[in-house]
Amino acid sequence: MGKSFIKNHPTLLIFLALLALFTLGVTIMSEAYGTAFISTSFVKTLGKTLCLCLVAIAMDVVWGYAGILSLGHFAFFGLGGYMVGMWLMYERTQEVVLRSLENQVIPPTETEISDAIATQIFGVVGSADFPLIWSFAHSLTLQLILVVAVPGLLALVFGWLAFRSRVTGVYLSILTQAMTLALALYLFQNDSGLRGNNGLSGLQNLPHVTAPQSEISMWFLWASAAALGLGYLFFTMMLTGKFGMVVKGIRDNEQRVRFLGYEVEHYKLFLFTVTAIVAAVAGALYYPQAGIINPAEIMPIASIYLAVWVAIGGRGRLYGAVIGAAFVSLLSTWFTGGQAPDIPLGFYTISWVDWWQVLLGISFVLVTLYAPKGIGGLFDLLKCKEVQK
Amino acid sequence: MSTLLEVSGVSVSFDGFKAINNLSFQIGKAEMRAVIGPNGAGKTTFMDIITGKTKPDEGRVIWGDRSISLLGMSEAKIAQQGVCRKFQKPTVFEDQSVCDNLMMALKRRRSVWDVLKYRPAADIARLEQLADEIGLLGEFNRQSGELSHGQKQWLEIGMLLAQDPKLLLVDEPAAGMTPSEREHTTNLLVEAAKTRAVVVVEHDMEFIRRLNCKVTVLHEGSVLAEGSLDHVTSNQEVIDVYLGR
Amino acid sequence: MKRLFFACLAVLAWATAGQAEGPLQDILQQHRALIEKPSRTSIGPAINDIASSGLPQAQSMLQAWEAKNLWQRDADGLFFIGKAAGAELTLTDVDTGEALAPVEKSAAEQLKPNAGVRKLISSALVQFQLSDPDETRRLQSLDSIARRPEADHLAPLQASIETEENGAIRARKERLVKLLSITFAETVGDRVAAIQGVSGDLNLEVRAALNPLLATTRKVTDQIPAGENVAKIMRLGKDLTEEQAYAVLVDAGFARPRVSPTALKDALAANITDGTVGGVPVANLTDLEARIRAYTALAEAGTVPPFVTDDEFREALRTHVIYDAYNEPNSDVTNAAKASLKAIDLNVSMNQAMDLGLDALSLASIYFLAAIGLAITFGVMGVINMAHGEFIMMGAYTGYVVQQFIPNHTLSLVVALPLAFIITFAAGVAMERLVIRKLYHRPLETLLATFGISIALQQLAKNIFGTQARPLTAPGWLDGAWVLNDVVSISFIRIAIFVLAVGFLCLFLFIMKKTRLGLETRAVTQNPRMASSMGINPDKVNMLTFGLGSGIAGIAGVAIGLFAKVTSELGNDYIVQSFMTVVVGGVGNIWGTLAGAAMIGTLQKGIEWLNPSNTLAAQTFMIIFIIIFIQFRPRGIVALKGRAAGD
Repeated sequence: MGKSFIKNHPTLLIFLALLALFTLGVTIMSEAYGTAFISTSFVKTLGKTLCLCLVAIAMDVVWGYAGILSLGHFAFFGLGGYMVGMWLMYERTQEVVLRSLENQVIPPTETEISDAIATQIFGVVGSADFPLIWSFAHSLTLQLILVVAVPGLLALVFGWLAFRSRVTGVYLSILTQAMTLALALYLFQNDSGLRGNNGLSGLQNLPHVTAPQSEISMWFLWASAAALGLGYLFFTMMLTGKFGMVVKGIRDNEQRVRFLGYEVEHYKLFLFTVTAIVAAVAGALYYPQAGIINPAEIMPIASIYLAVWVAIGGRGRLYGAVIGAAFVSLLSTWFTGGQAPDIPLGFYTISWVDWWQVLLGISFVLVTLYAPKGIGGLFDLLKCKEVQK
Repeated sequence: MSTLLEVSGVSVSFDGFKAINNLSFQIGKAEMRAVIGPNGAGKTTFMDIITGKTKPDEGRVIWGDRSISLLGMSEAKIAQQGVCRKFQKPTVFEDQSVCDNLMMALKRRRSVWDVLKYRPAADIARLEQLADEIGLLGEFNRQSGELSHGQKQWLEIGMLLAQDPKLLLVDEPAAGMTPSEREHTTNLLVEAAKTRAVVVVEHDMEFIRRLNCKVTVLHEGSVLAEGSLDHVTSNQEVIDVYLGR
Repeated sequence: MKRLFFACLAVLAWATAGQAEGPLQDILQQHRALIEKPSRTSIGPAINDIASSGLPQAQSMLQAWEAKNLWQRDADGLFFIGKAAGAELTLTDVDTGEALAPVEKSAAEQLKPNAGVRKLISSALVQFQLSDPDETRRLQSLDSIARRPEADHLAPLQASIETEENGAIRARKERLVKLLSITFAETVGDRVAAIQGVSGDLNLEVRAALNPLLATTRKVTDQIPAGENVAKIMRLGKDLTEEQAYAVLVDAGFARPRVSPTALKDALAANITDGTVGGVPVANLTDLEARIRAYTALAEAGTVPPFVTDDEFREALRTHVIYDAYNEPNSDVTNAAKASLKAIDLNVSMNQAMDLGLDALSLASIYFLAAIGLAITFGVMGVINMAHGEFIMMGAYTGYVVQQFIPNHTLSLVVALPLAFIITFAAGVAMERLVIRKLYHRPLETLLATFGISIALQQLAKNIFGTQARPLTAPGWLDGAWVLNDVVSISFIRIAIFVLAVGFLCLFLFIMKKTRLGLETRAVTQNPRMASSMGINPDKVNMLTFGLGSGIAGIAGVAIGLFAKVTSELGNDYIVQSFMTVVVGGVGNIWGTLAGAAMIGTLQKGIEWLNPSNTLAAQTFMIIFIIIFIQFRPRGIVALKGRAAGD
């Protein structure tokens, strides 16, 4: 990557600069490292939004560039969260258990500690044993590997099955939606080994860390910003050049690309898996900031919202996905958080908590109908005007 | 003359309708062949079978010196072997520039890793030369969607050349062309047939006469007659099939 | 001689006096001594005489006796049914039922038979109830016998059969006799015959009567006693692990308990001296080995009981036999019961398979109903409608709203079905005109836009009707179930839905094959340009087709609302299954949808049957199965082949 690369991609440079500026701004205004102008909970919201932007980029790559409308990427996002959540919960519970066992007359054995942790974690689903899938929960390294490996493997196997049988278009969307539903329903069971509908909780408490939440939230914001920047850079590099051309070619005319001698299925599978992994990484950063993860989070509806963000932001351009995710998710938080003022109409008061979803649904239809390029399309208009001048 | 492609005893049926019925066909390494036949004779299905889009119910398709079977290979693998197809309607990637279209078609390794590692610098000269050959050097960096119909046809032919195929399958190349464009196309195909095999599917007898090559007549999914144009047009069966309809 | 004379006189006097009192009083007086001081062993003849007297008043007298309401007048020793109110007592003649003038309570003595006697009285009463002229009373008594069968019931029950006139009750009595004979018949032969008589019977009461015969008790011994009806001797390592077997021995007191980890820990904690236990520092007790060492040291010192050694453990297991013995001593009876139960089990599983089949069929009809509208819009028009589930929801809410205005459930249903069709038809047409028409040939965008409509509609429903589930009550004649036997039954609602599904299949076929709309739709599906050049207006056809599909979703919504909860999320529960049905079945073919629904319904029920506790897992596995199925038939069960399938 030389100078010309950046010169050819001014948006990349602008994006990275804006991201750095944003991070710096939040740091200066934060409670922990600055003027305490914005609250810790808002810092968390911003950090989470950055993670959502990252998963939106992944979605944009797989949908906007390769034309695969996956309704499963939020499932990969959630799986990433689960994987990191297992370590957080295990380690944190171990801390608590060790402290409670400290004063026993006879010091506890390893088995006793492990049993106590298991009871603590799985008591809520009526079990006192560690399921097999928790075998690596004690090790951060292994669990971080799983963040990449589990969603990656799932995407690989599912993608291989789906692409191999040439399932495309809406069929593929329905199939990915079914996969997501199957995963969510599986996790809803108590004997799934991941605490059923209770999910994993208390993830905001980092084990072995005594720093206050205000500081921890900043660390995660930095990490999320770095991940977003790296993800943006990674996908920009990947999609410029011949690979990007082939991918766009697959979106526009799959059969033609095949007759040019490219194994379309391999390309799709590669993209599907890579984006799934990026989504999982985003999830692994998101859920420690959210504090709790449960199967309801990964129901198909979440993945569809992801598509909504990307569509509203403008697909086929990475910054569009970022704008869409940030704009819609922050707006959603604002409207559904009850902060938006109600509109009294005399005979009826429009309360945004109730009506935001309706507005979102309708505006989504309007965007699809009249502005298929989304908000990002506005930039094109600006560019056109400049040219005309 | 050694054989490049040998199709023997191939049949395929759709819901009981026999689109191809015990068809046999062969072509040499540097040969031009025209395939004609009335509508529904199975011309397109025949091409589909060679390119791997349709799997035949029975029969063999043997390719090249090493006599590899093309059956069971994916479309991409067959294309990598050097079978290249031009569709009736020009299909170029409209969202991408002329340069991009040619670069994608250029004969280079096609696997995901190779494509990710690919750096265009070394090939730019070759691409410009190709663009020059098809008269699109001036449009090198334009979106191909902005080109005229004729220019798109040329771009597609350029893409075929960039692939450097051993076998060229051309579906109705003359459709919708002006007489001068037709002549240009004829020349190009004749030129190509000097070094590689070319199969042209065409309705237009005049066009075929100008190609001046061996003709295969398909009817109801099998070969009705084969030989020079004059030979087949004097065949009573062929006349019945064409005029009887 | 003189004494004899007086005795005769006395008897005569008593007899004449008794004659005057009434027939029942006579019998009572005859057994006066027994009745005054009743005991379980001796009272039998008295009760028998009363019960077999054939007197209608005997029943109320016995009831009074059982309820401790029988009094004996001190003055003449006569028995009365008495009712005490404060210090006063109203006596009623046992024969005539005439109430006498109230007397002082002290003028008579209350008879208080003990529990054993009362039980005998109550079984004597059974025969009266069993031949009570009131049919409901007879049925009640039969029910109570069935609930708590006793040996004493058998004879009166048998006796009452002959005089029974009502055929149904008679059958029930005969059946009950059979059941009672299983446990209470006098000879083993009778019992075995009775057991064999019910072989293969599906009735739950039969199984309830047979199962206790096979109840076992786990016993430990060193030598199995003769005459024990052994069900099974436990084999170590197969039926029981050594640990379990040893635990049984410990429970039975044949072996010393082993030291459990908790007991070990407690023992150690109780014996800490100067920071060490048995010479091991406390801080080192973090693994089991160290703990055992410490405990062994303590045991050697005699502070705690020693560990059970392996030899002791094995010896205890070797010298004892653990076995299950039948509580029923007779092996002929248990063998017959086993054979009968086996036959019953076979019959039950066959019937369960049938029940499962019916369940699957009804689930398939639900999926078919939910999917048929989608099959039309998706299959015929190639338009994917994510708001399809919300049309189903709209139909269900229409049913609910109609019920608010029309309280008669049957009538409201009759109104709701067409109304739901009209409303969703209109919604579908509006959606087609405003949104979908602009997005033909952009299927992914259609999917997204209809999804936007779906979330808007869902929230709208939530705003209007709240998040609470609304009831859509089925009319009374749809309540209940068609019960074939104790295993197979199917609710009327499900039958109605099945009928509805079949009806829609016929309607669809009729519209497609016999009407102008169907002809035009097929033409537009196959070749829209050709169709329009033949004077068909494809816009109009598409609009009507879409409206039809949506309208059917509305009707399906009313049907689904009858058994499911009507919430704003109703559609969500069916949308994925509906898509799966269409995709698995094969797009563009109604038979495919039917096959898809049948397959998914059967599959889901089948998986639920294999893993009944977990319907979530069933759905998960079903979806995985479908994903794999699509590998082998990407175009569904009924696939269009060749060029018609397109690309």
